[in-house]
Amino acid sequence: MKAMADSSLVIENLSYAYGKTLPLALDGLSATIRPGIVTGLVGPDGAGKTTLLRLLTALLLPTAGSIRVFGLDTRDAAEPLHRIIGYMPQKFGLYDDLSVKQNLRLYADMQGLSAPERRLAFARLLTFTGLEPFQERLAGRLSGGMKQKLGLACALIRKPRLLLLDEPSVGVDPVSRRELWRMVGELVDAETAVIWSTAYLDEAEKCREVLLLDGGRLIFSGPPGTLTERVAGRCFQVRGISGNRRRVLARALQQPEVQDGIVQGRDVRIVLRSGQAPPAPMCLDAGESSWLEPVAPRFEDAYVDVLGGGPGGISALASAMAPWAGEREVTVEAAGLTKRFGDFTAVSEIDFSIRRGEIFGLLGPNGAGKSTIFKMLCGLLRPSAGSGRVGGFDLRSSPSQARSCLGYMAQKFSLYSDLSTRQNLEFFSGIYGLSGARRKETVARMIDIFGLRPQLQASAKDLPLGFKQRLALACAVMHEPAVLFLDEPTSGVDPLTRREFWTHINGLVERGVTVLVTTHFMDEAEYCDRIGLIYRGRMIASGPPDELKIQAASAALPDPTLEETFIALLRQWDEGEGAKA
Amino acid sequence: MNGRLRRMVALIVKEFVQILRDPSSLLIAFVLPVILLFLYGFGVSLDAREIRMGVAVRDAGEEAAALVAAFRASPYFRTEVARDTRPLEAELLAGRLRGLVVIPQDFSRRMGKGVEPADLQVVADGSETNTANYVQNYAQGVARAWWNQRLRETGHELGGPELVTRIWFNPELKSRNSLLPGALAIIMAIIGTLLTALVVAREWERGTMEALMATPVAIGELVVGKLLPYFVLGMFAMLISVAISVTLFELPFRGSFAALLLSSGAFLLAALGQGLLISSAAKNQFLAAMAALVTGFLPAFLLSGFIFEIASMPPAVRALTHIIPARYLVTNLQTLFLVGDVWSLLLPNVGILLLLAAVLFFLTARKTVKRLR
Repeated sequence: MKAMADSSLVIENLSYAYGKTLPLALDGLSATIRPGIVTGLVGPDGAGKTTLLRLLTALLLPTAGSIRVFGLDTRDAAEPLHRIIGYMPQKFGLYDDLSVKQNLRLYADMQGLSAPERRLAFARLLTFTGLEPFQERLAGRLSGGMKQKLGLACALIRKPRLLLLDEPSVGVDPVSRRELWRMVGELVDAETAVIWSTAYLDEAEKCREVLLLDGGRLIFSGPPGTLTERVAGRCFQVRGISGNRRRVLARALQQPEVQDGIVQGRDVRIVLRSGQAPPAPMCLDAGESSWLEPVAPRFEDAYVDVLGGGPGGISALASAMAPWAGEREVTVEAAGLTKRFGDFTAVSEIDFSIRRGEIFGLLGPNGAGKSTIFKMLCGLLRPSAGSGRVGGFDLRSSPSQARSCLGYMAQKFSLYSDLSTRQNLEFFSGIYGLSGARRKETVARMIDIFGLRPQLQASAKDLPLGFKQRLALACAVMHEPAVLFLDEPTSGVDPLTRREFWTHINGLVERGVTVLVTTHFMDEAEYCDRIGLIYRGRMIASGPPDELKIQAASAALPDPTLEETFIALLRQWDEGEGAKA
Repeated sequence: MNGRLRRMVALIVKEFVQILRDPSSLLIAFVLPVILLFLYGFGVSLDAREIRMGVAVRDAGEEAAALVAAFRASPYFRTEVARDTRPLEAELLAGRLRGLVVIPQDFSRRMGKGVEPADLQVVADGSETNTANYVQNYAQGVARAWWNQRLRETGHELGGPELVTRIWFNPELKSRNSLLPGALAIIMAIIGTLLTALVVAREWERGTMEALMATPVAIGELVVGKLLPYFVLGMFAMLISVAISVTLFELPFRGSFAALLLSSGAFLLAALGQGLLISSAAKNQFLAAMAALVTGFLPAFLLSGFIFEIASMPPAVRALTHIIPARYLVTNLQTLFLVGDVWSLLLPNVGILLLLAAVLFFLTARKTVKRLR
């Protein structure tokens, strides 16, 4: 029994509060984490994932209960514990003004590696992460994916017995995510325990075991398959849809028997409430030839189920807007849009146009130039060449008119972090020129729609990420803009909040709003009418998701997912350009 | 033990690489001192030179003309002469003149009668009290010198004792000579307290502190890893500033190099201790900067005796200055530059600085644990 306890992580009745008057961040948690596998740590924002990891590193001490890591109690054995753990915090813990090698060297010295050990470790890790050619580059100049790999390498410098990764894949493109997963997979052996905290449920599904937290409580622990079981027989796919998928989804979510649904490729995936029969396909208005097909449940279905179901199909935000007659004029246009910083071309000759009621998605790896395109279209950056028009106004000649018809949600949280939720709403309503009764009414409506009431008095900086993003969206849409720019609105946000966001976005589009969006979630990209794939500042492919898939299809991959499409198109382009160079 | 040493060396090397790569710390450590020195060396002067004075001569006599010539010859005044007070009063009102001397109509007549002194009116612009004092004293001085001269010329003996003033340490009474040593203290307070507090807060903000703390590094090693680089940086900035002061501003330096290193080293320890104490509480750069400015820079500026004399402060504020490290450094630097190695003054001050440093380090050690809160 003792041997068993010393070869794993034992968490007993663990509670933690950040302050005496604050609610418990973790509440009575008990679990055992085994070495030799990757354990996923999932849960909505503010569920206590980061707190748990910090407790495991002994950087926080339990308010009640205990943690024993391979027999070491975090309360009194922090020092020996720090010799056997590798910890990668959310911001990777890298020094931006140190080179790749200097960062590695610092952590090697911290872990007390001897010179020969260090040489071996560097050789191993630099090859392993593919960072060998970039040894002298400053960490601050690395792309998001490379930073993440360097962060991992620093955590692995002395092969740890416990590896803790705090949302390593937030804001990282699918290619880098896959590589990271592969690297961690290669590392795991019988002695090593890995805890991988993530908002991506496809990653959680690949873990051998998961811990699911909600509101500081452990809701589930065990193999993801066990949790997935609970929705067995309740998952269906609506196939052969001939109309607009987003509309089919919205209608499906309005059916009483449906508890959750998403657009998945050409189909709509729905999960039924427990004990309900599937709705008739005709209720969904998905076209003559559509049919419902039972499909295998996924972890995400179960996750949403156990957390109480999705947000429903009606966006209160959109319902309040005037209906749209259906004109399809072009509202956003980029023609030869180019931005150079010195001799570096960040964005090169981008062309696209978006019509009313259309969602256009910009996809691409980190640092490809997506945010630069956004900033130019918002009139925040002056293009070096080419032009952009928003709502019929040229961004060069009349930038303020162009700006007045758009709502922008920046990638970085850009509200006033020292103002409260309510103050932020009131401030932005003033900025957008709302006043008097109309202003009061709008602020009240935003509070209701986005469920901000419990956090009204809290400073924006203290809000959980999901609330921050909701507040940011509320501030971007309160003046009912005709055009909405969303730069990674759901980055790091849990699946429930993401569903809520997309319900709103879909609803707004139905009312004739034009949406330009970037995302790293490929399932979200499926909601887009058209996608532009941005890579190294160029648009290397564009079109509806289905067309891109056809373009990327090969003998080996006849029916690629969007993620596979994304990876294949990047590779094709690399090969083409590589041949030219 | 070996591991401990290697970790400290690694942290120190890291810090130096960061200092060299980060333009903002180089700016604070080297450019800011130079700017401050130039500001205090060239810009700020508490001396009275070429005060703009008006002289209204309402008397056309010979005596009056001689007095006007005496005013014109004074290096302290740039004199504007008029027949009447009115235009000069207007100038004074407009701030173009700092003071006004009125030579009355019967001045020459009364002087001509013999030794009977005649009255002069001096008007000073009291909105700048310092300058007003100068106007008053210097005008009096000019008049008295002229009067004595005249007595001698007319063969009269001077009566009574005469004051023969000699000013020690700073014979030319250049305020620059006492200001620049003070500016040095400010510079070191900025590097020791502000820069140190900022760089630690930056590590919290960027999440590197969290990653470091999860390694076997001990908290003492982290502290030394910050302390030593910024100690070296502060001393380096100090030496550069001293070199500039001595060469460019021709400041005398009458003490020894050892005494300079000892005094500034002791001060820097206290300033660094303060910076580290701030950073153990303030985990973002904005807060750290505010705390460092209010508790480090401003007291060094206002309460160190650098510009405002401590002796003329109210008792409560005077008591407060005893815990301001800059106070002791300002005294020591002024002594070293202008007087020399007066060990009986320097050593007690160094002792107090070391004591303050010890207290600050003790508080820092108590407050800092290897935890996130």
